[in-house]
Amino acid sequence: MTIILNARSISKGKASGEALLSKEPIGFLGGVDPETGVVIEKGHQLEGQCVAGRVLVFPNGKGSTVGSYVMLQLAKNNKAPTAIINISAEPIIVVGAIISRIPMVDKAENDIYAVLKNGQKVEVDGTKGRIIIS
Amino acid sequence: MLLTKQEQKMFDGEEGEAVQQSMEILVALGKIYGAENMVKITSAQISGVSYKTIGRAGLEYLEDLAGKKAKVVVPTFLNPAGMDVEQWKEMKIPEDFAKNQIKVLDAYGKMGIMKTCTCTPYFIGIRPKKGEHVAWAESSAVAFCNSVLGARTNREGGPSALASAICGVTPKYGLHLDENRFAKLLIEVKCELKTTADFGALGSYVGKMAKTNYPAFVGIKKTDASEEHLKVLGASMAATGSVPLFFVDEVTPEWKIDDGAERITVTNEDLAKTKKEIDQNRPKPDLVTIGCPHASLEEIKQIAEMVSKKKPTCEFWVCTARKIKEEAVKRGYEKPILAAGGKIVADTCMVVCPLEQMGYKITGTNSGKAAAYLPNLCKQRVAFGDVEDILYR
Repeated sequence: MTIILNARSISKGKASGEALLSKEPIGFLGGVDPETGVVIEKGHQLEGQCVAGRVLVFPNGKGSTVGSYVMLQLAKNNKAPTAIINISAEPIIVVGAIISRIPMVDKAENDIYAVLKNGQKVEVDGTKGRIIIS
Repeated sequence: MLLTKQEQKMFDGEEGEAVQQSMEILVALGKIYGAENMVKITSAQISGVSYKTIGRAGLEYLEDLAGKKAKVVVPTFLNPAGMDVEQWKEMKIPEDFAKNQIKVLDAYGKMGIMKTCTCTPYFIGIRPKKGEHVAWAESSAVAFCNSVLGARTNREGGPSALASAICGVTPKYGLHLDENRFAKLLIEVKCELKTTADFGALGSYVGKMAKTNYPAFVGIKKTDASEEHLKVLGASMAATGSVPLFFVDEVTPEWKIDDGAERITVTNEDLAKTKKEIDQNRPKPDLVTIGCPHASLEEIKQIAEMVSKKKPTCEFWVCTARKIKEEAVKRGYEKPILAAGGKIVADTCMVVCPLEQMGYKITGTNSGKAAAYLPNLCKQRVAFGDVEDILYR
């Protein structure tokens, strides 16, 4: 069964992948290795997991604004998330997603953590502002 | 957001990739902050210049953008870099750092940005008028621009200020709107304020309490409220809190206060206690740094006079804009400073240069802002006080 959720469009483009969910905010500078895409922040819920090719779901960004540029480094190394779903977007992730051409939405109409599970296939349409869970 | 035809064209990519990407950033930020439309800006000031803060990731971003032929369309100038471009060797800056720093400046230069490298553009003639909309990024410059000049800017980040410079507009929300420019904190100044360090300590104290609220001050004497003192007051509040706008009774061009504003009194005891807390057990500094934010010509003159009468007991820097340094040299202020073991350092400052890699452990300052950042960003123990105190410990 396919579920379609409306969300707010933040960064254009369409992409899909397996969901990787974090209930904790993510700080890309010092939190994610730009060479490997692995979360390296000690004690983070996703520590040791790789964000590359996944649809990354997290509440919002945190930490240094240089995090936007780290997202671009990830993209250049083909280690970036394929799409991003935030609960409520803030400037670090917004800027990072746009300059890295990562489709992104926020403010989904339903609680995303209730309908989406880790590893489930999901498509993000950042242009139309839609999340399609299959 | 409601875009004009021209803005829509930029958003749709008709003016190239760099413009499109920049407009996308502005539209997305406008969306999350609830802006209804864009407003034209007359200037932009870009932070994220020191290689120490932006690193390899930032350099790659800027080189990409310059490679996409991005060009600014309004007068745009830079925040301080990580070193004095002309005397980085004398400053003991590592060579690898210097190479990367030059690359960052070159990338900005390619986009048509003036390499002013200063946090006090208002001392080199860049002074937007009351009510003018701009996109400035450095937090102390933002505070001065809004409060002392009465121009309008939000606290931009490096990429958003750059996007505005490329598109010539910024989303109209926050401090661009009349209705948001009012104070929720009334600060009754009952303490004596004589020196820069007094204003720095007052700023540190109030910034912590204000957080994101805007303070309005009563009790600061008009004769004490020089631009140099207001510069340090605003910078310190922006560092310990995130204050982008403040008012001073009978001094600033705007004064608007909420009926239910909280009242706070600052006494001599409060000020003395704050100074003591910032000055970490009265250490003797290895290096004294003056000019956070960047010194005015008048401040350099005062230092030159002071050190020619009595030689300081440690090395010292006076940090300023290159244009101000050139004027200071012309007027003969550099000679007594050099003779006393000091340097006039341009393009950079104690916070954004790699002090921790240059052998210094204890740094002296009279700025609440530098005192807030030196421990974490430069691994320094802080000596805080009046210039007359820290130079001669």
